Amino acid sequence: MKINFYKIKGIVQSSFIHLLLMTVAFSCLFPLFWMVRSALMSQETIFVDKSLIPSQLNLHNFYLAWTQGNFGVYCLNSLIYTTSVVAGIVVISSLAAYSFSRLQFPGKNLFFFMFLAAMMIPLPGSFVPLFVLMNKLGLVNTRIGYILCMINVGLSLSIFLLKTFFDKMPSDLEDAARIDGCSKLGIWRHVALPLARPAIAVIVIFNSLNVWNEYILATLLLNDQSLMPLQRGLMVFQGVHSVDYPLLMAGLTITALPIILVYLFMQKHIIKGLSSGALVG
Amino acid sequence: MASVKSKSFSPLRFKDSFENFVFVLPALIIFSLFYIYPFYEIFRLSLHEWNGISLSQRFVGLENFKELVQDKVWWSSLGHAGYITVIALTFQNALAFALALACDRDIRLQKFYRVVFYLPPVLSEVVVGLIWQWILYAGLQNGQHIGLLNYFLDKVGLGSLIHHWLSDPQTALTCIAVVHSWKGFGWGFIILLAGLQTIDRQLYEAAKVDGAGSFHILKNVTIPMMIPVILVVVILTILGSMQVFVLVLSMVGQGLVYHTEVPVTRILASMMGTHRFGYACAQAIVFGAILVGISFLQIRWSKKLKQA
Repeated sequence: MKINFYKIKGIVQSSFIHLLLMTVAFSCLFPLFWMVRSALMSQETIFVDKSLIPSQLNLHNFYLAWTQGNFGVYCLNSLIYTTSVVAGIVVISSLAAYSFSRLQFPGKNLFFFMFLAAMMIPLPGSFVPLFVLMNKLGLVNTRIGYILCMINVGLSLSIFLLKTFFDKMPSDLEDAARIDGCSKLGIWRHVALPLARPAIAVIVIFNSLNVWNEYILATLLLNDQSLMPLQRGLMVFQGVHSVDYPLLMAGLTITALPIILVYLFMQKHIIKGLSSGALVG
Repeated sequence: MASVKSKSFSPLRFKDSFENFVFVLPALIIFSLFYIYPFYEIFRLSLHEWNGISLSQRFVGLENFKELVQDKVWWSSLGHAGYITVIALTFQNALAFALALACDRDIRLQKFYRVVFYLPPVLSEVVVGLIWQWILYAGLQNGQHIGLLNYFLDKVGLGSLIHHWLSDPQTALTCIAVVHSWKGFGWGFIILLAGLQTIDRQLYEAAKVDGAGSFHILKNVTIPMMIPVILVVVILTILGSMQVFVLVLSMVGQGLVYHTEVPVTRILASMMGTHRFGYACAQAIVFGAILVGISFLQIRWSKKLKQA
């Protein structure tokens, strides 16, 4: 009898827990489903038909958004920005982190502390002087201006993560390479970088998400439609088509889909990186 | 002859140090140009009156800050951000903690939950804001509610709750706060779960043997062990929620003039709206100081908590 009581109590408890978890999971997924569903409808049916899976589905909105809505251009721009910023961050931060961890030069600790402080101190509204600076340099409305700004955004954290990784990594292989006559740059390129692959993967993933989703600097620095990334383009698009919800939802789907796919493919690394990063900090 | 240990100048050593320094140089150049210089410039500009275009910047001393103290819209915008932060701290973090506790055991579908809960945090604020704006949309077409929420309320017989969610100043800010929490809880969940999983299972076993109930275990074992992780989550939640603004722009835009303003939208308005760059910098400095102050207090408070 007693065993049965505990068994029942356990089943009730765990079904209650699953009910809670399922409800929350549903609330996470449903808005995304609703976005895709609305994108597949037409301007005539969207206000009338509220069924979960409408009878008439069409992909025409995606075509319209991609061509007339300029999303083809926005998407290409987002790809350009994301790849070049991430590549820049990986090269620059790994060079710096390697030097901070392994090499000696006067003022090393001071410089590292500077990057650390930049990571800790929140600087809201730094976009005001940044915009002034870009104006002075004539880099407003240029790709390179936006790319440089975004490299700076991700730099401090990436240097910090890579330095802690290098600090924990044994230096035997690097010593061996040095004895064999490899230059410092060669050791960085052929020994340290390949060994740091797990840490670099984390940096690539998180900076990619960050650049792809960035909005405010893109708004301030890029006014030319041919230079805008997706997030910025989406807001412009929303301003023009604020009542054409099916078309707007198609634009949203185009913006969100790449991120969702990358996330689903990389979720193991993302969640692991996030967990370990949080416990370090 | 100079001994090996002497610190006297040697060309070889200098070349070596210089080479090592060159590794850091690209990072340092970008950092100086895009972080240190703006940092200095924000303080300098805050003492000036400048429209962002003209060549002359008029030095006004602390006038911008004096004006800011009396700027009612500014302080109410801080209040709005504070309101969003309070909701995120209570509702969002309580939900994240409850879900993390529920998942911190051998439970089926744990991986599925983890993947799904972290889906909203990877989406951009623009996307999240626009999806929810569509769901919360208020309006009628042929006697039918257009927005999904109002339609749903109507169909299940809760018609009295139907509301102009985002155009009523009474509810707009709460809607923004709830959507912000929806976007953020998965992040808290992942970090809290990672923290929970580092707790030694033997502690729970020992507590159970001593006859502690699950509530006592939670209060006397789990929470004390989790204090450092909880603190990280709390600080980052505050910093993130205070600086929220893209959600505001994408959900209500400029629709509700002053009712949903937050500090960052005020800074943007001073800069792009009224073209007062000095004033915008003064706002940014005051806001930054408040944020630094909050996190500093938090850290001190946590040290006291640890000693007790």
